[in-house]
Amino acid sequence: MPSTFEIVANIISETCDIPRDTIKPESHAINDLGIDSLDFLDIAFAIDKAFGIKMPLEQWTQEVNDGKATTDQYFQLNNLCTRIDELVAAKGA
Amino acid sequence: MRLEYFQLIDRIVDLDLAQQTICAEARVPSTSTIFEGHFPGYPLMPGVLLIEAMAQTSGWLVIAVTKFSRMPFFAALKEAKLRSFVHPGQSLSLSAKLLHEGSGYAVTKAEIRCDGKLACNAEITFRLVEFPNPEFRASMEKMAAILEFPVGALAHG
Repeated sequence: MPSTFEIVANIISETCDIPRDTIKPESHAINDLGIDSLDFLDIAFAIDKAFGIKMPLEQWTQEVNDGKATTDQYFQLNNLCTRIDELVAAKGA
Repeated sequence: MRLEYFQLIDRIVDLDLAQQTICAEARVPSTSTIFEGHFPGYPLMPGVLLIEAMAQTSGWLVIAVTKFSRMPFFAALKEAKLRSFVHPGQSLSLSAKLLHEGSGYAVTKAEIRCDGKLACNAEITFRLVEFPNPEFRASMEKMAAILEFPVGALAHG
């Protein structure tokens, strides 16, 4: 079974036409991969569908805007995958 | 339709919150300055306006599903197909289904039929944001009344 990172990386690669081998767990979706907010909507849609979750993007964005979180916490891929795993676990609880 | 006001649907005829679908109707005006240019001697409803009509239909569905808490703004269009010509005076049946309500975005699938025949269809993505100001929200509520948007259905959905 592919890991969360493998699934997310493949989604990003296919959605944004980014070579798969350039996408690393430590990559930052915005700063390193250059994904803009509109492309991220497509990615979010694909992730939500793939994992059966609803990523709380509005809440994350608000926290970043309020200075309560950094973009690294949500948009660095290893952190994003941790959030996804938490959402999947919460769904099954 | 009042093309000059960008009002591209006339009436919401069905809203099903359980199925997350909406149906609307519209009649293409017989005359409009738009048809003088699109095209001289062969007036056609512009495809971009058909797409906007699908977006408006979808938008009212999103407003219903989010219970008037968010305003959907057209963000992306995929797999848009303009399948047949639409002429002045024709009546259109518009429908949309919510594919996904995400956090801050929504995706719909929409289509327009003309005389029962599929005229166009597309997948549309919206950004969902809080209404920017009370005046704007009030204008949308006014438009909802004009379109016979079933506000009562929201309370029971």
